[in-house]
Amino acid sequence: MDTPTSVEAHHDPHAHDAAHEHHELGFWRKYIFSTDHKVIGIQYGLCGLTFLFFGFCLMMMMRWQLAYPGQAMPVIGKWLPYIFGPSSMPDGKMTPDFYNSLGAMHGTIMIFAGVVPLAFAAFGNFVVPLQIGAPDMTFPKVNAASFWAFGVGGVIMMISFFVPGGPAKSGWTSYTPLADIADTGPGHNAIFNGQTLWLIGFIFLISSSLLGAVNFITTIIQLRAKGLTWMRLPFFVWAQFVTAFLLLLAFPPLEAAIVMQLMDRVAHTSFFLPAGLVVNGAPAYISGGGSPLLWQHLFWFLGHPEVYVLILPAFGIVAEILANNSRKPLWGYKSLVFSVLVIGFLSFIVWAHHMWMTGMGSAVSAFFQTTTLLISIPSVIILSAFFISLWGGSIRFTVPMLFTIAFLPMFGIGGLTGIPLAFNSADLYLHDTYYIIAHFHYIVAPGTIFGLFAGIYYWFPKATGRKMSDFWGKVHFWPTLICMNMIFLPMFLQGMAGMHRRWYDGGQGWNVSNDHTIWGLTGFEWNKPISWAAWIMGLAQLPFIFNFFWSIRHGEKVNDNPWEATTLEWTAPSPPPHGNFIGTPVAYRGPYEYSLPGRERDFTMQNEPIAPAERTRRKTPEELVPA
Amino acid sequence: MEIPYTVSNRPDTGLWNAKIGIWLFLASEVMLFGGLFSAYIFLRIDAPPGMWPHGLLNVPVGTMNTAILIMSSVTVVLAWASLKMRKYNAYWWYMLATITCGVIFLTVKLAYEWPQKFDHFGIYIKPEALGKYEQYLGNAYAAEKGLPPRLEITGHLHNRAAQNDPNIKEYEVALDPLNADPTNPEMDRPHFWPRSATEKIATIEKEDVQYATMFLPRHSAYFASYFTITGLHGLHVLGGVLVFIYMWLPVSKRLYQQNPEHLANRVEVSGLFWHFVDLVWIFVFPLFYLL
Amino acid sequence: MNNPPDISQDSKEYEEYAHGIRKHVRGYLMVGALLLVFTGLTVALSYVHFGTQKANIAVAMLVATVKAGLVAAIFMHLAAERRLIYRILIFTGFFVLGMFWLILFAWYDYPIFR
Repeated sequence: MDTPTSVEAHHDPHAHDAAHEHHELGFWRKYIFSTDHKVIGIQYGLCGLTFLFFGFCLMMMMRWQLAYPGQAMPVIGKWLPYIFGPSSMPDGKMTPDFYNSLGAMHGTIMIFAGVVPLAFAAFGNFVVPLQIGAPDMTFPKVNAASFWAFGVGGVIMMISFFVPGGPAKSGWTSYTPLADIADTGPGHNAIFNGQTLWLIGFIFLISSSLLGAVNFITTIIQLRAKGLTWMRLPFFVWAQFVTAFLLLLAFPPLEAAIVMQLMDRVAHTSFFLPAGLVVNGAPAYISGGGSPLLWQHLFWFLGHPEVYVLILPAFGIVAEILANNSRKPLWGYKSLVFSVLVIGFLSFIVWAHHMWMTGMGSAVSAFFQTTTLLISIPSVIILSAFFISLWGGSIRFTVPMLFTIAFLPMFGIGGLTGIPLAFNSADLYLHDTYYIIAHFHYIVAPGTIFGLFAGIYYWFPKATGRKMSDFWGKVHFWPTLICMNMIFLPMFLQGMAGMHRRWYDGGQGWNVSNDHTIWGLTGFEWNKPISWAAWIMGLAQLPFIFNFFWSIRHGEKVNDNPWEATTLEWTAPSPPPHGNFIGTPVAYRGPYEYSLPGRERDFTMQNEPIAPAERTRRKTPEELVPA
Repeated sequence: MEIPYTVSNRPDTGLWNAKIGIWLFLASEVMLFGGLFSAYIFLRIDAPPGMWPHGLLNVPVGTMNTAILIMSSVTVVLAWASLKMRKYNAYWWYMLATITCGVIFLTVKLAYEWPQKFDHFGIYIKPEALGKYEQYLGNAYAAEKGLPPRLEITGHLHNRAAQNDPNIKEYEVALDPLNADPTNPEMDRPHFWPRSATEKIATIEKEDVQYATMFLPRHSAYFASYFTITGLHGLHVLGGVLVFIYMWLPVSKRLYQQNPEHLANRVEVSGLFWHFVDLVWIFVFPLFYLL
Repeated sequence: MNNPPDISQDSKEYEEYAHGIRKHVRGYLMVGALLLVFTGLTVALSYVHFGTQKANIAVAMLVATVKAGLVAAIFMHLAAERRLIYRILIFTGFFVLGMFWLILFAWYDYPIFR
């Protein structure tokens, strides 16, 4: 590419004038209420990271209660009652209700306000149009609306921390009938109570995702650059495409369920309340005729595709970085694409494996066990293809690559420990224990979040024109990796020893967690090393935060393609101007043409035309067959 | 910078952007109403005999509203065709007709149908007290005829204070024809023409009452799903009307003069949404009014 | 690439184009009338007893499906649409029916409710 680098283009006064001829936007329109996909992507990213850290803080508070139940929290315990209200932490000691709130809000915020906005919306918004050579998303205003709906939803979730009675406390799944009757009665406002605000906030978060999903799919279908056929799309785009379909079709039934739960709470209907319900020892004055199981079905109809919404973007990021840093084409591109499509399809018909404990019959269990095991096949294909991609590569251990390599075994552990849970009979024992917590956190915490960190380090130069510091990146990586495993590996053991996931006292008062020792510690005592690992991991994020903000202004300046990658986003200037590309991008070849034989450079960008010599070489298979 | 294919077709898909966008959006709407209808099916199948009311809605008004919505669907597609033929005046009038239909639909729903229901009272009798009110329920007659058991007495509440005042020990209800004359086959539900409450007043003691409320969403699983689904449907109608008003205002004339095909596309997209809203109603109407 | 494919200014071609649309308009009016007839039909049929309540529901749903099919095929132009849109709708239809079926399947399979 002989396009001028962005730095030169921006300092050239004429180029500047040409680019901003008819729209010099003010600060507010340019950085706050922008319709530019890059700005929206970065907004999503910053909000998502903030929510992730906030959700992590909630968890760190819970870990204190689990490790040292009933003891006053040191240092910050004094101040927390002033933030969350006096009834949350009297004298720095956590109340059971507040513990439940933290658990419910940790799950909700991490998934719906943290990972989905970051993995799907932030990376999708910033990277997808660049990777497909588009000037922007198809519907820029809808894109902005999606971000602001997310903003409103997030703010409502945050407001719910400060209403009388505290935020939602019925778990992130909000199972009925508990969630229908929580936060009602004396001392609670009819609308401004935790659970109702949770529902209202959720409606906004869902609407945001729906608008985003429509936009993503249309963009990928309509705005691919000339020559960028479906099988030339980077795998990340495929992953985002399937993710968008999952959001589009799985979220609305949950929205319906949330509207019904809202009706239950505000208009006192009985969608999810059975006849004869007894609340606080008295029969509830309700019409009844509803079904708690209906909520579970509609919730998990979203809930399971949601798991893949969390992991597929991480797959995509990992695929990009893996190919780039092993300097090899991704192994089995087509099987990866078909696997991700099959995952998307199957993920809609596995949901009831979250409901084994409801006592369903053998026929329906058999159906859902079968589909659940089927879905492990494409997942294993993807993971295997990633491992094989490493084989024989000349691997560069950059910071994004470190996170990516760590992702592979972490996701493997998370996935393989899920297999016992797919079987009804094994799940009956493990359900609602710490084993489950460890299993799905291995997928979303060291799995997805490592993928996201890798993506941030990888695309940071594209967004800012500067690289994040390698040194601080490694200081971030190693403690995070070690602490992650210190946190979640022991949880498998705790869970198999029978420790329940919702115990407020960490299992102190329960024999089952005290009468066995695992490697010299009882189930309850294991909480202490886990908690310490969590807090140390909290500290280990500080280098990342510092690195992130410091590098925006002071990082090492790099050219437009610092990683020597092949996909189209690296042909745009860094940071890309409004409209993204200088000239119209055209794709001539597949996304991962690394180390083509007979070339000077070990990477061939997608927009490099195929030379006539190359064409002949490609078109003679006889050459490949020894005579 | 300009986003391609806002008006013209992309060659390989043969479609412009917003058309794919609206169909994807409608796909998610199908799943949204699908979730609500699956709840309807689930709750209805789950309902014990006699707990799924029948024939409580106003069928002629519902039929009229259905016809209005169908006619608005016709006018919106004619509006689009007029734009395609570059007849802005015809478009303007068809659009006005569509908007009017939408507004009539909403007005009938919100100003007539719903308030009428909110004014009606229903009392579920405790199972052990059903015999005491046999004169209003006619369960022997219903069993003989193979009808579902009657557990509820409906009508107009006379002593409205009884709803909230624990000192009032009974409800006084001006009975609906069915409860006023329960063994008369003429009075069996459903009827096409709605019948207003009679002059006959029954006194029902509160201690025999299982659950009593106006015909609000809280009345039963039936009314809960009726109000939720028609409410959400009504919001969609409102959204459609607002979009149509925007396209009918002079702003659209300016767009028409610049790029008539762009306006035609916008009308087509919002028309698709409107037809979908009509399509949902086509299922709502028999499920709640007739069956 | 963004120029609208405007109808031709050539009066003869314009006539042909407008004629095609006009033919469609007659179709729209007829479908509208048919939908009104079906509405009357479904109301009338609901007062006829087909043996069981289930049969009545089946008949009403059949009529509603025909009506919905007409709206989708003619008003929403699904009778002649691009393959991409059919694909989207086939998936959506599959998942929505799967959701109905699986929820009911699960419901009837609970031993305690049988």
